[in-house]
Amino acid sequence: MKCLLSTLILTPWVGALLLAFTPRLSPKASRILALLFSLSTLGFAALAWSGFDPSGSYQFVEQHAWISGLNVSYHLGLDGMSLVMVLLTGLIAPIALLASWKVERDPRLFNLLFLFLQGAALGVFLALNFFPWFIFWELSLVPAFFLIKLWGGPGASRAAYQFVVYTIGGSAFMLLGFAALFASTGTFDFVELAALARNGGLTAAITGPVLTAIFLGVLLGLAVKVPLFPFHTWLPSAYSEAPTGASMFLTGVMSKMGVYGFLRILWPLFPAQLHAAAPVLVGLALAGVVLGTFAAMAQRDLKRMVAYSSINHVSYCLLALFAVAATGSLHTAASVSALSGSLLQMFNHGLSASALFFCVGILESRSGGKHGLNDFGGVRTSAPIFAGLCGVALFSSLGLPGLNGFVGEFLVFRGVFGLVPWAAAVGCLGLFATAYFLLTFWQRVFHGPQGPGVAAFRDLSALEVVTLVPSVVLMFVLGIWPQLLVSVFNPLVTAWARHLP
Amino acid sequence: MNTSYAQLAQALQPEIILIDGAVLVLAIDLIFGRRRTLATRLGTSLAVGALTLVAALVASLLTGALGPVYDNGLVLDTLAVAVRSGVLVLGLITLGVAAGAKLPRHPAEYTAIILFAITGFTLMAAANHLLIGFAALELASLSLYVLAGFDKDSPKSAEAALKYFLLGAMATAFLLFGFSLIYGLTGQLNLSDIAAVLSTQGGLSPLLGLALMMVLVAFGFKAAAAPFHLWAPDAYEGAPTPSAALIASASKLAGFTLFLRILWPGLGHLSGDISHAGNPAGWLTIVALLSLASLLLGNLAALAQTNLRRLLAYSAIAHTGVMLLGVMSAQISGVGPLFFYLSTYAVATAGAFGVIAVLERNGGCERITDLAGLGKRSPLLAGCLAIFILSLAGIPPLAGFFGKFAIFAASLQINGVSSPAGWLTMLAIALSAVALYYYLIVLKQALVAPPAPDRATPIRVPLATTLTLLICAELIVLFGLVPSLLLDLF
Amino acid sequence: MNLLPYTIYVSFAGAALSLVAGMRSAAAARAVALLAAVSAWAVALTAAFRFTPSSEVLTLIDLPWISRLGIHYHLAVDGISLTLIVLTGLAATAGVLFSWNIEKRTGEFFAFYLALIGGVYGVFLSADAFLFFVFYEIAIVPKYFLIAIWGSTNREYGAMKLALYSFAGSALVLAGLLWIYASGHASGFSLSQLASAAATLGHPSQVALFALLFTGFAILAGMFPFHTWAPTGHVAAPTGASMLLAGVVMKLGAYGCLRVAMPLLPGGLEFWQPVIAGLALIGILYAGLVALVQDDFKFVIGYSSVSHMGFVLLGLAVAEPTAVAGAVLQMFSHGVIAGLLFAVVGRMVYERTHTRQLDELRKLPLHRLLPFAAVVFVIAGLASMGMPGFSGFPAELTLLVGVWKVSKIWALLAALGVLIAAAFTLRVIQVSFFGKVEPVDLNRLERVEDNTLHLHPYAPITWPEKAGTFLLLAATILIGLKPDILLNWIVPSLQSPLMKVLWHGGAQ
Repeated sequence: MKCLLSTLILTPWVGALLLAFTPRLSPKASRILALLFSLSTLGFAALAWSGFDPSGSYQFVEQHAWISGLNVSYHLGLDGMSLVMVLLTGLIAPIALLASWKVERDPRLFNLLFLFLQGAALGVFLALNFFPWFIFWELSLVPAFFLIKLWGGPGASRAAYQFVVYTIGGSAFMLLGFAALFASTGTFDFVELAALARNGGLTAAITGPVLTAIFLGVLLGLAVKVPLFPFHTWLPSAYSEAPTGASMFLTGVMSKMGVYGFLRILWPLFPAQLHAAAPVLVGLALAGVVLGTFAAMAQRDLKRMVAYSSINHVSYCLLALFAVAATGSLHTAASVSALSGSLLQMFNHGLSASALFFCVGILESRSGGKHGLNDFGGVRTSAPIFAGLCGVALFSSLGLPGLNGFVGEFLVFRGVFGLVPWAAAVGCLGLFATAYFLLTFWQRVFHGPQGPGVAAFRDLSALEVVTLVPSVVLMFVLGIWPQLLVSVFNPLVTAWARHLP
Repeated sequence: MNTSYAQLAQALQPEIILIDGAVLVLAIDLIFGRRRTLATRLGTSLAVGALTLVAALVASLLTGALGPVYDNGLVLDTLAVAVRSGVLVLGLITLGVAAGAKLPRHPAEYTAIILFAITGFTLMAAANHLLIGFAALELASLSLYVLAGFDKDSPKSAEAALKYFLLGAMATAFLLFGFSLIYGLTGQLNLSDIAAVLSTQGGLSPLLGLALMMVLVAFGFKAAAAPFHLWAPDAYEGAPTPSAALIASASKLAGFTLFLRILWPGLGHLSGDISHAGNPAGWLTIVALLSLASLLLGNLAALAQTNLRRLLAYSAIAHTGVMLLGVMSAQISGVGPLFFYLSTYAVATAGAFGVIAVLERNGGCERITDLAGLGKRSPLLAGCLAIFILSLAGIPPLAGFFGKFAIFAASLQINGVSSPAGWLTMLAIALSAVALYYYLIVLKQALVAPPAPDRATPIRVPLATTLTLLICAELIVLFGLVPSLLLDLF
Repeated sequence: MNLLPYTIYVSFAGAALSLVAGMRSAAAARAVALLAAVSAWAVALTAAFRFTPSSEVLTLIDLPWISRLGIHYHLAVDGISLTLIVLTGLAATAGVLFSWNIEKRTGEFFAFYLALIGGVYGVFLSADAFLFFVFYEIAIVPKYFLIAIWGSTNREYGAMKLALYSFAGSALVLAGLLWIYASGHASGFSLSQLASAAATLGHPSQVALFALLFTGFAILAGMFPFHTWAPTGHVAAPTGASMLLAGVVMKLGAYGCLRVAMPLLPGGLEFWQPVIAGLALIGILYAGLVALVQDDFKFVIGYSSVSHMGFVLLGLAVAEPTAVAGAVLQMFSHGVIAGLLFAVVGRMVYERTHTRQLDELRKLPLHRLLPFAAVVFVIAGLASMGMPGFSGFPAELTLLVGVWKVSKIWALLAALGVLIAAAFTLRVIQVSFFGKVEPVDLNRLERVEDNTLHLHPYAPITWPEKAGTFLLLAATILIGLKPDILLNWIVPSLQSPLMKVLWHGGAQ
């Protein structure tokens, strides 16, 4: 397949276009159509995986000259990290669509926007030139904005506005940063820029302070997206106001776009600057870990709780990266461990957080819109299957050994211990607090005396089971056999750890 | 005196034709006019008058530029031929305006006096002699006084005539005094001889200075330059419309030509130098001051007008300011730009008065708001008015724009922006933006505003006036697009 | 290629014909206007297809006109003007389509409209400063009438303000041109003759002259603090005219800066550069912030135009080839996008809801009542805020690259402007089209749609509106994805003999 990656990205968009031009399609047909197009990603990803050589660098590369005036090329490529992200997207997107099966208001438009979002996210994970990358990066905001705004809760307008303006605010400075890089180097290509950074061409072309300023601009753009503390303020309201399906995709995939950007762009392009800034950034990541959990602990709203826990979980990924950047290539083994943990954590968090949002969504739909921590109780007795599946997701999220969450967090902490021991020590605090509030969730909702109306809860429908089961199965599979995923990116991570980009 | 009367007769053919024509008009009316309606009498008089003008025009063109005539008392150079032809064309336009205007009580007399005035103008165009010039000017002026007061039913007309006459008479007195001083100091009446004497005398004696002042004050009056403009708004407002058209157009063209001849070829040695601020003073300084005052007063006062004719009067004062700039730069760049400006201005103004004249017969046209809905009542009048007004405002591609452009380009050539002339030019350019405001106010009423309920009827325009207005508009557009037609004459 | 002058002639002929046709029927006037606009555009596109980019200015016609002053009827084209000519054709065609519903004095409307277009084509094609100025002024007068006769809110005030500002600007330009001509003893008014005349002047004169010329042009480009005509004018104007105003007429000013003021007086540019850049930046930020708090839908768009033109002026001011290329690209992009925005606001929304107050629009779930308008506005809004994939993005990117090379701080402030643009665009999208969208409300609304007073179903979007929309949308997406089309024309032209002076010796 010469243009496998383009096909992979564009297929959801083709689906979106189809939906756009068939206004009379029945809701059901539009749902099925969207699901099929969404599933295509998984198929193409599997195809890519089957032909994927973990030890090689970028594969399935497509590169065509595009804008000669700006030396822009259409450059796509797939490596281990991208593959993991594409797989994650391919998995979360159909699940989120299934979770949105019951959306009544204009399902065609919902699905259309969703497919659009999916394509944009895939593009972000595959583009290797700033120009196309930024197109996907920014375009992903548009459907996200409308998904939150039109199908979200009562405060959705404000949340969506805040979300997009924050993100664009960051992006504006990232854009400026890349404009500046182009002004000095004449290229927008990530691979070329990384090569320049490696051989010192970048520092030769741009003076130190200016390069630092550019670094800060790009950092800002990515940090808002992840979000890195203290740029996270948009997140809780956006995640909690969004409709369930959108929350799932936002937390499962879109927050990974930021982390991915850190690994794909910031680190390779600005290793020295990242190294210099790492102590501060480690502190910020830790703040995300610790404060995220404590904030989650303080929540009385399940959605906000899960949202804050997301901040906490994503911060682990960054903590690992910053720890590696802080110490340089001294401890290869620890670095490999930290980076592997980081990548694994991205995937795991995608699975567990989206599953949790779905569970909260189910609670919400059953109770007629309630999602407070104390609104329920004893759900287990009326909905045992639901309790079981949700429990797995909860325990995966808190890192119970045997489930996938454990492996990722363990690798992260093992690595960080070897690199920045004090950070790992502080981070453990977050680990325990996470366990505390997730268990509180588990206990208050599923155990104890039955809350008002809980007795009438239906258990999961077949559709909901189908939605939740794949994630849960994968949680077990990856918990027991993490090698399945690690093998994909291990050579890559080892290479990174040897000669830091 | 070594003169050839044959040559003189040849040179003065147009004037002779004009006088004959005037007499003919009167005679025909006297003989056949009785018991005919006023309209018929007016039509006949105007037709004969127009034929006379055409004949004079042909004669003038056939005679061509003969050069000095009558012992250099008259000069038939290109300028003289051009101004004569211009004045005659403007006379035709005036008759066309009269055809559409309110009926005068004595049409034949009216037409005849117009012809007399034009005779004065054509003579002014060629005069190269103080006395000939003076006589021509007075012939024209006296005719204009009568024309201004011709509407005996209107007190305003009488007031206009009286003011015009009193101030005009005073100006005449000044002029005569100035001329006599010049004659006394140089011993010459012929402009070329005066120049020759002055070139040997050198310097500006106090008495010569006084003479200059006198002449320029008179000039200021005749040209309606501020601060000697006081008669203009009243005359424009009160005089019968065709008279106003003639005062605003042909009179200006001829007057400026006469004074241009007196000032540059005659008193050129006393011009002084305005290429730098501190240079020796001369009449240029006074002209510059007149120009400054006219530009400022004309443009700013026009902003406050609500009466259309008064607005045109103040706009005329503003235009006089620009024309004076043209007088100042005439030595460097020739009379081309000034003539272009004068003639296109005259056509546009006469045309605008033509529109006013028609409106007056159809419900009145006092205030600017009386134009409301003109676009609906008569697209022809509205379109023509738009062209005239935009030309006056100096919007390309109409002739008014190029006139301004040429004069500004010329006056900047005196010494760029470091001379007072340059400053005046910059001021004039700036004020042209101000001027757009009041011109647009006129057009707003004519094209934008809906007609007043009591005046919503369509307007019928007489054929002669239609033709006149269309020709005026076409001339404005033509000279705007191909300014070389006029410029390359010189 | 040599047919390009016909863009001018066809437009003027169209103006005259539609005036005549309008006396018979409105439909005839419309047809004539559309035919004229489309054929002029077709001429422009044909020329564009045959255009080979080069660093030469290609003379189309050069006849002596007013020999006394050395004025020629000299029309020429290069990549920059070609870009703007194609834009003019596009904006004109779309504008006619969006003016399809004009019933009052239709013939006159299109006559003024096409006269304006003809003037604009003329400006972009002129290689003689006098000719340039003539066309420049021809474009001013019709604007006044278009707004004063067919406008809406405060139309007479808006029209007069616009006309006076424009005319004051052109008076400055005239003063500057004449000054160069006279003081530099130029033998004619061609741009190259004036350039060599200007080169003989001393530095103080150059500085003063540049201020005159640049300010004169920048007024029309909406430079702060001379921008105030733009919002009021845009708001008052009928849709087609606001599309032209924002889309094309403001470009006249920027084009004048680039084509006349800058190459003639590089020394002056160097002196004023910080001031201009500063004013441009203030314009970007200030207008953006003002747009953020407007209550009138059209005012938001009007101020956004000022903000976007600030980018253009900034790009010009830094006098760096990449930035200037970006500025020209931005001119094209803004022309298309602003046209689209005004089309939605003025035609699709205002003429159906009869309100532009955001407070009132907020109460209407317009995205359900006018879904087409909503979608178009969202897309146009995204394009306007510099969303990648649309023409605004490559333009801003190129511009930022160039500005960064000259001044990091300016680039930073400009990036802030991008952020503000996103903020006000999103706000207006939210408030106008997606106001109160409580699901319950909507259900009620759909039930009672037929008999509620204030929610009568709006007239459906007509075919001319759709056609115009698709033209503009296609253009912004095409250029967004393939900016090379224009950049390949623009970039070589920046090295033409006239423009070259800007890059060496000039600033940076």
